[in-house]
Amino acid sequence: MIPALEHIPSGCAAAGIMNKSGIRISGDAIMDMMSVMHSRSNGLGGGFAAYGIYPETPDNYCLHIMFDTESAKREVDSLIEENFIVERQEKIPTKIINEIKDPPLLWRYFVLPKPEKLVAKNMHADDFVVKLVMLVNTRIPGSYVNSSGKNMGVFKGVGYPEDIGRFFMLEKYGAYIWTAHGRFPTNTPGWWAGAHPFSILDWTVVHNGEISSYGINKRFLETYGYECVLLTDTEVIAYTFDLLVRKHGLPLDIACNVVASKFWKDIELMPEEEKKLHTALRMTYGNLLLNGPFAIIVATNNYMMGLNDRIKLRPLVYGKKGEFSYLASEESSIRKVESNLDDVYSLVAGKPLKVEVNKDVCA
Amino acid sequence: MSVLDKLLPEFFIKVDRDLCIKCGQCVNNCGFSALLQDKDKNVKPIHEKCVACQRCMFVCPTKAIQITKFPGTQKHNDYWDPEYINNIKKQANTGGILLTAAGTDKLHPIIFDRLFLDACQVTNPSIDPLREPMEIISYLGEKPIDIAIEFKDNSYILKNKLKPNIKLSSPIIFAAMSYGAISLNAHKSLARAAKESGILMNTGEGGLHKDLYEYADNIIVQVASGRFGVDPDYLKRAAAIEIKVGQGAKPGIGGHLPGYKVDDEVSSTRMIPKGTDALSPAPHHDIYSIEDLAQLIASLKEATDYSKPVGVKIAAVHNVAAIASGVARADADYIVIDGFRGGTGAAPTMIRDHIGIPIELAIAAVDDRLRKEKIRNKVSIVAAGGIRHAADMAKILALGADFVTIGTASLIAMGCTLCQKCYTGNCSWGIATQRPDLVDRLNPDEVSKKLVNLIRGWSLELKEIMGALGINAIESLIGNRERLRALELSKETLDVLGVKPAGR
Ligand code: SF4
Ligand code: SF4
Repeated sequence: MIPALEHIPSGCAAAGIMNKSGIRISGDAIMDMMSVMHSRSNGLGGGFAAYGIYPETPDNYCLHIMFDTESAKREVDSLIEENFIVERQEKIPTKIINEIKDPPLLWRYFVLPKPEKLVAKNMHADDFVVKLVMLVNTRIPGSYVNSSGKNMGVFKGVGYPEDIGRFFMLEKYGAYIWTAHGRFPTNTPGWWAGAHPFSILDWTVVHNGEISSYGINKRFLETYGYECVLLTDTEVIAYTFDLLVRKHGLPLDIACNVVASKFWKDIELMPEEEKKLHTALRMTYGNLLLNGPFAIIVATNNYMMGLNDRIKLRPLVYGKKGEFSYLASEESSIRKVESNLDDVYSLVAGKPLKVEVNKDVCA
Repeated sequence: MSVLDKLLPEFFIKVDRDLCIKCGQCVNNCGFSALLQDKDKNVKPIHEKCVACQRCMFVCPTKAIQITKFPGTQKHNDYWDPEYINNIKKQANTGGILLTAAGTDKLHPIIFDRLFLDACQVTNPSIDPLREPMEIISYLGEKPIDIAIEFKDNSYILKNKLKPNIKLSSPIIFAAMSYGAISLNAHKSLARAAKESGILMNTGEGGLHKDLYEYADNIIVQVASGRFGVDPDYLKRAAAIEIKVGQGAKPGIGGHLPGYKVDDEVSSTRMIPKGTDALSPAPHHDIYSIEDLAQLIASLKEATDYSKPVGVKIAAVHNVAAIASGVARADADYIVIDGFRGGTGAAPTMIRDHIGIPIELAIAAVDDRLRKEKIRNKVSIVAAGGIRHAADMAKILALGADFVTIGTASLIAMGCTLCQKCYTGNCSWGIATQRPDLVDRLNPDEVSKKLVNLIRGWSLELKEIMGALGINAIESLIGNRERLRALELSKETLDVLGVKPAGR
């Protein structure tokens, strides 16, 4: 190799695929997409989110949990038993491969909160689940909830993403939305729970970037009851969307105007009503602005969205072919699985790109 | 006069006979009458009267005059500082209280200097403020806890009714300094500079002179325990109203404007008889409890149709976090926390130098407490007392303040040399005085420009710091303690500050 052209690996890789009519595809395609971007990761973290993978139990929350020790699992088990009706629980199937070393215990629980608990606590089921997730993550050492949504799950760990995918045998799952991430960790050591996606309920976030505002994002979220424990800035993004969209009922594009807020100079030029709104958003949620470079892919059961920071310091490309939409850090990654695209372009700074599944897919 | 009554001078004035051209400028400029000219026009110093205001050194065309410390020495003593010895002698003479002015000059630990800001390298880019937008616009007042939106006619409509907020182009406010304590020209300079810079000045407790009415949109009017100059019109001629409960330089102590500073104009502005001492009581006699404060806040809001923020200024005392929480719940829209280094026009020395806590700890504690109680959005936090430069400002914002006020720094921009003799009314720089000969020296046209420059310089520096941090909006700096590290602070202090030690 000519030394001058030697590739200097940097950043992370992110990718997503969505089929609009809810046709479920295997994990092969997303693993392919990630393998093209191999050198954007350094083997210290990879992961996937998959939507529509548990069609037989669509109404149960599925908790994907990793445990460092048997005793941590026993503690969580009794907590779950106490609070939830457990429809089914099992070890998450994995395959032994050389590349993946020393995995934690990986389990999934299909659950519903006990009605009497909800009444006693006067809580909505979603809030109850969030509370339990926070409790497990913060109070039971060695246990982390990787995902807690319905009909979806997060598979992640330490390794290159395509190896993590093989380890979890993602080719055997069918999902209508896949997102994925390969890490090049800079601010936290590589550890299983620290890999992306980050998730709460059915929100998942994969993120390429480093949030310079992490300190205050975290403190702001704490005042709204979110506890950030995973030593990474991506966690705050998942909680931010949960707070703004689920708890405060804001439309997703407005939530995007919080995390990538409009510049004052542009707000100044808006018509009166719009100006009032954007001024109020900044005044209220200014601390949730994600400052610093980021390209994120946010997904839920019914859409996938890409968003860049407001001065576009990280790449993110959109591609479309028929009913399939793609997002990726590099165009090559999309071309790898679909060379004949109807449309392809780079996302604009601070402007969300959201693709939704048809209404009947997850009614 | 017995020798026992005598005090050795603090300063020593040296006039170089070879350089002096006997122009007499130093003599005319000395507000403290420390210089005379004899019949041959030789300059005769009266060392005892010199306060080191330095005016003479600045005006002397030949640099013939120098103020130095009194060279006569005493037996060295690290514990019995010469200042303490002198003070005891003074008090033995008069039986009085020691008076001083400006912020404390004692070497209490300086936390600011042990805090260091972060910068981006490689993994996230720093931002060049000359090429990219760098936003430091700040809103003063209560913010909503969440936003409600309606979708109508293809567009989003804001459903919240926002509480009154004031938009500032930079998170800086000129600290409260009353007309009476400082001159009308000084007040005019501050008001003009506030207007031109898009920020606010604060009247302090001495009312609002009619010449300043036109600056109402850039003025905070203060309501203090003496209620000087307060009537409905006063409240209306302002962008915000501030109830002054305490001051960092003299927590628990009222104000004292000596009668000789109360001339015709001061008397009509304060609404008190000419020549009388203007004494504001230590507490507000209608505020003996938090519920009393809530009532006064409500009355002021009622009196102004809920059209402007009402803030409360308190000194940083031991229990400041709990007090601030009470103040926020009493429906204040902003809270000024004045640290123990805050300045004053006059204060008892013992109070100034020994009461209160550092602003860095107070802000950290208050911000934490309000967040813990989930009421941080209810108030803007304003940090006051001892902000020396833009880095202090950036650090205190990172600790959790939304704004800073600058008093001493703005006085220095106006010429002040920190001689700490404001209470004498002889300020040679025309600032802390009502003597017409001295006030005339301060030209608001010239001085307001200096203040505008200062605000501009600090704002640019703040943007530079933010750029280095990779942050392009002030909302991402405020409370972002993750971007601070500390050097050689105790574990307990780090704990209160919520800051990690350097290297972690
Ligand atoms: S100002 Fe300087 S030159 Fe003029 S009289 Fe004073 S010491 Fe002499
Ligand atoms: S304002 Fe005047 S009197 Fe007060 S410290 Fe400054 S120079 Fe001295």
